[in-house]
Amino acid sequence: MIEKRPVLDFISHAVLIIGAALVAFPIYVTFVASTLTFDQIMSVPMPLWPGDQLIANYTQVLTAGSTKGSTAAVKDMLVNSMIMALVIPLGKISISILSSFAIVYFRFPLRNFFFWMIFVTLMLPVEVRIIPTFKVIADLGMLNTYAGLTLPLIASATATFLFRQFFMTIPDELAEAARIDGAGPMRFFWDVVLPLSKTSMAALFVIQFIYGWNQYLWPLLITSEESMYTVVIGIKRMIVGGDAANEWNLVMATAMLAMLPPALVVLLMQKWFVKGLVETEK
Amino acid sequence: MEKRVVFRSAWLPYALLAPQLAFTVVFFFWPAAQAIWYSFQLQDAFGLNTQFVGFENFRILFGDANYLRSFRTTAIFSVLVAGFGLGLSLLLAVMADRVVKGALAYKTVLIWPYAVAAAVAGVLWAFIFAPSIGIVTYLLKGFGIHWNWIINGNQAMLLVVIASVWKQISYNFLFFLAGLQSIPKSLLEAAAIDGAGPARRFLTIVLPLLSPTTFFLLVVNIVYAFFDTFGVIDATTQGGPAQATQILVYKVYHDGVKSGDLGGSSAQSVILMIIVIALTAIQFRYIERKVQY
Repeated sequence: MIEKRPVLDFISHAVLIIGAALVAFPIYVTFVASTLTFDQIMSVPMPLWPGDQLIANYTQVLTAGSTKGSTAAVKDMLVNSMIMALVIPLGKISISILSSFAIVYFRFPLRNFFFWMIFVTLMLPVEVRIIPTFKVIADLGMLNTYAGLTLPLIASATATFLFRQFFMTIPDELAEAARIDGAGPMRFFWDVVLPLSKTSMAALFVIQFIYGWNQYLWPLLITSEESMYTVVIGIKRMIVGGDAANEWNLVMATAMLAMLPPALVVLLMQKWFVKGLVETEK
Repeated sequence: MEKRVVFRSAWLPYALLAPQLAFTVVFFFWPAAQAIWYSFQLQDAFGLNTQFVGFENFRILFGDANYLRSFRTTAIFSVLVAGFGLGLSLLLAVMADRVVKGALAYKTVLIWPYAVAAAVAGVLWAFIFAPSIGIVTYLLKGFGIHWNWIINGNQAMLLVVIASVWKQISYNFLFFLAGLQSIPKSLLEAAAIDGAGPARRFLTIVLPLLSPTTFFLLVVNIVYAFFDTFGVIDATTQGGPAQATQILVYKVYHDGVKSGDLGGSSAQSVILMIIVIALTAIQFRYIERKVQY
């Protein structure tokens, strides 16, 4: 704060309150809709105060899905989403930390070639190679499997870069001391590098958890069985037609359930989240 | 930058790299090579015969008015998403940087949309703007605006832009805020002592110093609008009405998955790859420059 400007302060708060209200509005409406009956939503305008159907709606979607659209139970979808959201970050972190350790702490033939091989994958988001990747998964017989859902999304260069950058900041003296004490590379990795990388791993985990949970195009392509739906796909499958054809109260209850886990991760791990976001993009 | 102290082993580094390389080859290089291969092939309607046709698929694409229109749609969409996304979040970040009280509360609300999946964001906004039951549609009717994005292309575009911007605001906001907080306070204080008011300080000091962040976010937002908005569009307009919101990525999906045009869709994938490579190159040139500062 450089100088006192009460008018500017007032404007700042006003802008922020309006901004926050606009950002929160859709989420509030979603929550309200998830507590109403179908008829209440259909009466235009719908009430903007929560109704009394909270437990009924959530129980319905968790155990039996919607009645007009997909009838898969959302609780199974939540399990699938959770598997994706956990396997993808854990897989990414494990393979990337090993490969960056090799690239930073070893000199070997073709090192630069391998590094560039990983590097160029930055340029191939899944959206770009949809159909061929789908064929690869189909050829490997991994349609409608957890392996098919997660494995193609595990490979990524961003995590490798993050670890590489972090390893470069580890003082050389530590590696020197380890060598003098007779520790081999893997001993150094387990006892020095891994404990030092905890912060980077946590930050990466938060970002990738959200990435995995919110996947849409990939599960849409390779899951055709209801038992493999993730919750984001489940919402899409509940929407069957025009405005009046959808059970919006149930769709919105599912939407709340789909938002809750990643939102909790963001809110509870805000520090790691911001760190992960800012660092993975550098 | 290289490490001075390294370990020596004839096989260990390869073993450590193997898992990542295996994933990279199987899920990146193999599919990418196949995309390029298919893009030079033409399949008959039943997928029984394929023949090598050279650049025929690309020639057809660039003679196809629908494809060219999809380019235009993507351009309009990304400019709107990046423009509104950056403008609004810069405004919010500048305000949040000023206030002391309640800063954490504002921040907590503003980063929430980051946690929401693109497809869910699309469903939320589609519900609010639903032609017959939407709460905002009802309000707009009060102002005499007839809102129906299911038949009106411009309104459909506006809907997907709003949903996409909403989802991306958190990300932009956090980066702008970090950028603002890294500007040395001494510079601003010196300017204030010299008599520069808040507006002048913003235009002559804050904005130029924020330009690396802004440029970075511009590239990220364009990439986001190009690719990550697939969920928003599929959950709301599905490219309609009359392809008014059919961006390039959606067309790849539509032609390849729904229409089964393998060659054409692969050719589109190849063109998209070239676009991503160009965008990434721009981004990395900029990052190299930043390192030298």
